[in-house]
Amino acid sequence: MSETTAAGVEYSRVAEIKGPLMIIEGVTKVSFDELVEIETSGGERRLGRVVEVGYGKAVVQIFEGTTGLAISGTRAKFLGKTMTMPVSQELLGRVFDGLGRPNDGLPDPVADRFIDVNGEPMNPERREYPTSFIQTGVSVIDGMLTLVRGQKLPIFSGSGMPHNILAAQIARQASVVGTKEDFAVVFAAIGVQYSEAQYFKRSLEESGALRRSVLFLNLADDPAIERIITPRVALTVAEYLAFDLGMHVLAILTDMTNYAEALREISAAREEVPGRKGYPGYLYTDLANNYERAGRIKGKNGSVTQVPILSMPADDITHPIPDLTGYITEGQIVLGRDLFRKGIYPPVNVLMSLSRLMKDGVGEGKTRADHMEVGNQLYDAYSRTQEVRALSEIVGRAGLTGIDLKYLDSGDIFESQFLKQSNDENRSLEETMSRAWDVLSTLPEGELTKIKEKNVRQYYKGNK
Amino acid sequence: MVSKGRIVWVSGPAVRADGMSSTKMYETVEVGESKLIGEVLRLTGDTAFIQVYESTSGLKPGEPVIGSGQPLSVLLGPGIIGKIYDGIQRPLEEIAQKSGSFIGRGVATTPVDMKKKYRFVTSLKKGDEVSAGSILGKVEETPLLTHSILVPPDHRGGKIADISSEGDYDIEHVIATVEKDGQKSELKMYHKWPVRMPRPYAERYDPSVPLVTGQRIIDTYFPIAKGGTGAIPGGFGTGKTVTLHQIAKWADSKVVVYIGCGERGNEMTEVLVEFPHLIDPRSGRPLMERTVLVANTSNMPVAAREASIYTGVTIAEYYRDMGFDVVLVADSTSRWAEALREMSGRLEEMPAEEGYPSYLASRLAEFYERAGRVRALGSPERAGSVTLVGAVSPSGADFTEPVTTHTIRFIKTFWALDTRLAYSRHYPSINWMQSYSGYLEDVSKWWKENVSAEWYDLRAESYNILQREDTLKEIVRLLGPEALPDEEKLVLEVARMVKIGILQQNSFDKVDTYCGPEKQLKMVKLMVNFYKEAQKSLKEGASLADIRAMPIITTLLKAKFEVPDDQVAKLGLIDKQMIEQFQKVSGREEVKVVV
Ligand SMILES: Nc1ncnc2c1ncn2[C@@H]1O[C@H](COP(=O)(O)OP(=O)(O)O)[C@@H](O)[C@H]1O
Ligand SMILES: [Mg+2]
Repeated sequence: MSETTAAGVEYSRVAEIKGPLMIIEGVTKVSFDELVEIETSGGERRLGRVVEVGYGKAVVQIFEGTTGLAISGTRAKFLGKTMTMPVSQELLGRVFDGLGRPNDGLPDPVADRFIDVNGEPMNPERREYPTSFIQTGVSVIDGMLTLVRGQKLPIFSGSGMPHNILAAQIARQASVVGTKEDFAVVFAAIGVQYSEAQYFKRSLEESGALRRSVLFLNLADDPAIERIITPRVALTVAEYLAFDLGMHVLAILTDMTNYAEALREISAAREEVPGRKGYPGYLYTDLANNYERAGRIKGKNGSVTQVPILSMPADDITHPIPDLTGYITEGQIVLGRDLFRKGIYPPVNVLMSLSRLMKDGVGEGKTRADHMEVGNQLYDAYSRTQEVRALSEIVGRAGLTGIDLKYLDSGDIFESQFLKQSNDENRSLEETMSRAWDVLSTLPEGELTKIKEKNVRQYYKGNK
Repeated sequence: MVSKGRIVWVSGPAVRADGMSSTKMYETVEVGESKLIGEVLRLTGDTAFIQVYESTSGLKPGEPVIGSGQPLSVLLGPGIIGKIYDGIQRPLEEIAQKSGSFIGRGVATTPVDMKKKYRFVTSLKKGDEVSAGSILGKVEETPLLTHSILVPPDHRGGKIADISSEGDYDIEHVIATVEKDGQKSELKMYHKWPVRMPRPYAERYDPSVPLVTGQRIIDTYFPIAKGGTGAIPGGFGTGKTVTLHQIAKWADSKVVVYIGCGERGNEMTEVLVEFPHLIDPRSGRPLMERTVLVANTSNMPVAAREASIYTGVTIAEYYRDMGFDVVLVADSTSRWAEALREMSGRLEEMPAEEGYPSYLASRLAEFYERAGRVRALGSPERAGSVTLVGAVSPSGADFTEPVTTHTIRFIKTFWALDTRLAYSRHYPSINWMQSYSGYLEDVSKWWKENVSAEWYDLRAESYNILQREDTLKEIVRLLGPEALPDEEKLVLEVARMVKIGILQQNSFDKVDTYCGPEKQLKMVKLMVNFYKEAQKSLKEGASLADIRAMPIITTLLKAKFEVPDDQVAKLGLIDKQMIEQFQKVSGREEVKVVV
């Protein structure tokens, strides 16, 4: 029951359809990972991918879902290649669907190349270690969670919190001090609401960045299984822009929780032994295959900086999705419900947040000699503040020592002067550092145990 | 006879092939037209179940599978040091030369340069007896490391019939011919060894010499011995990788094997960028001259991740057999366990806890059992060691998950990382109440003989302060610190000083990154003295506020990074200032201090 056409081999013996999977019998010469085009009796076409093949059967995962497909009359065409994304400079300014097909009403862009969306692992020996400071104009990021060109730094959020506003602010304001190069933005919406995607698009439009952006939209009402491909096509384009065209790319992927759920759906349909919370045991590896597509390469100009966004189910950072993400990414920006309720923007829970590459992007010759030490001291001080706050709830202010009270003050100033800013406020690094010293100067000099004497002498503004 | 079969089924890294009846378990095979490397994990009838070490995208049923007749092995000989390998000993640099910045498939490479010439020297001559493991001669592998050419450990030994005189040879050159019972065998400068089989040794010794890492909380509080085992579990961002990097940088071992097992690409790059510029404090040579990297990052094929641990430990044992102390750090063993779980799932084995196979515990035990201080096989007599340190990445930072709980059973030093400490930027975030070392008594003799007889007691006294604080913290949490008498408030104050001044250690500070044993001891002594002096002053009527206001406290807390290792004498000055300041606060007569 097979027939070979110019575009591939066709089969029509559909044996089974379950969940997002279709099992086709009597196949020969079908390869693992091969792209499949499904045609219904009504002429509708869908795309799929071979996830298992052998003994004459192929298990195909249908990206658009199997709703409405029938066993009889459905034909599967095996295309003899893996899934690729056509790329060229013309992609800039365009909007695509979650599988990389134009959805802005314009024609297909002329392709320079077709690239396998799965990518290949970057050879660690050929990576260039990321060290260039990206100024985001957001004090808490620049001062304490520095983003570096080629880093992957996710935002861990929760429902209703302003992760999109923060990501859009980063996309608008990000710059590498001392260069004129603007970031190209690759934006992948993965199962998010129309309004969220729209907010992002408008923000890029208003700042004039849309011309150098590429958008991939899989919205909440788009097929769930398609989400497995969306970050892959987006990152394929990001890598192309960075390493073929030499651009600095900021890739924003939102929301990776929807991605992981699509993966779980496939895994359940294949009856695989689950790991935690029903997510497949290979969730870590699979996420890593996306997140590791960031960085720089020796001898090449461009870079891919990734800011994935994910919502923590029930604000739980130990949930497998944020947990495994944190194990792969180079830090995390965690949004806190408490600060959000207090009306502080950006509501970054600094103690749970981390930028692993900060140490490499700051310091003498890059930003300022005291940058890292000040960051460390701010963490230290704010964590003392939190301890004192907890204590004062039990024993009251009267039970606190003088130094405890100073920590309470420094925490308040930290939140109101340093952390809080408006979503269109672009602070220079000097201003951020100056505000940081304002916070630290509310503490006695002897408390600054993480800062070298010479830096204390130069910057401390408190009573000696 | 090598087997030739055909692929019948492909799913991710798992492949089934028919026509494989003459294949052996764990034999390596070439899979498909693009000659991907795989390993046989199960045999049923003439069907072999194969894990493939490269991406199987595009592979199809019907393609050939060819056996190699050999189990997965590593090539052992000069040229390994300084290299970065993938999980099955393919040099990443050579792969890059052949396939560019991204790792392609089916790239054929050799683990070391087979053409490079080394100057071989030997004191053996024709007629000398050698046995398995004996040293045939030596070559300089790097300026830091003289490499012994070994008779393979599974060799029968015999009389030397011929041996090359001093000269420059490549490693394929037949360096010696050995004769036994009329049969001759040729030996080269390298041999191969199957990675899943521990290399044999003559005798095991008890580990008793500490591995000095220059990390205060490790060396002073929870030491590990050369030839010992340790694990460092912790949630993400708690400091596993940084701690392992610190051990790889500063440990006083001769060779370091660093395995990046399912972790970040940039972390391997960081080692590659940093180590050639870091100078070994003992030899004055770049650290890369003693380091081997095995990198199978999270996005590289998972089957090779499973193999990377074995590749690394076999290389470590090889250098041990030359009589060296070797330390192997593996980041992270949890990713290895996950690779095991993934293959087990594809084999449709019955899972035990959280989907892990029931043999997870025995595999972990086998791995850690490959640590040890041993007398090597053959002559001359020599001892070497392999120290194994594994990071564990518990899901949700929950130490009751299977990989952590099983690992704990097979290791003796446990460094428990604590997410709360990491959140407050207390680094390294090793929890001093949960961690332990089974080598404390064993290594105390070394400290006594090499550093100071006081070590054991000072350690105990300072640790006691931390323990008391831990108990008092509960009261403080309920009633506030003001509820405590001054004596106990002092305990809190000094505990804070020990935490900041000693336990916290900044890996990224030029001075603080390494703290030698002598400085460690002196710093601990300063803290203990401070506590004793302060207790005395309190008894003599000084107020706690006066003690807290002493400027010496800040000096003590910053000594770790303001006083470099080669200026430890300065700590003596701090001690003097401290005594003077105590005299002032307690209103004591100025007593002449004998310096
Ligand atoms: N000893 C240390 N000194 C300074 N910073 C540290 C230290 N240990 C950890 N850190 C900080 O914590 C971050 C996370 O540490 P890392 O070892 O990468 O964690 P893990 O491997 O457990 O996820 C580092 O990027 C660094 O900022
Ligand atoms: Mg790590």
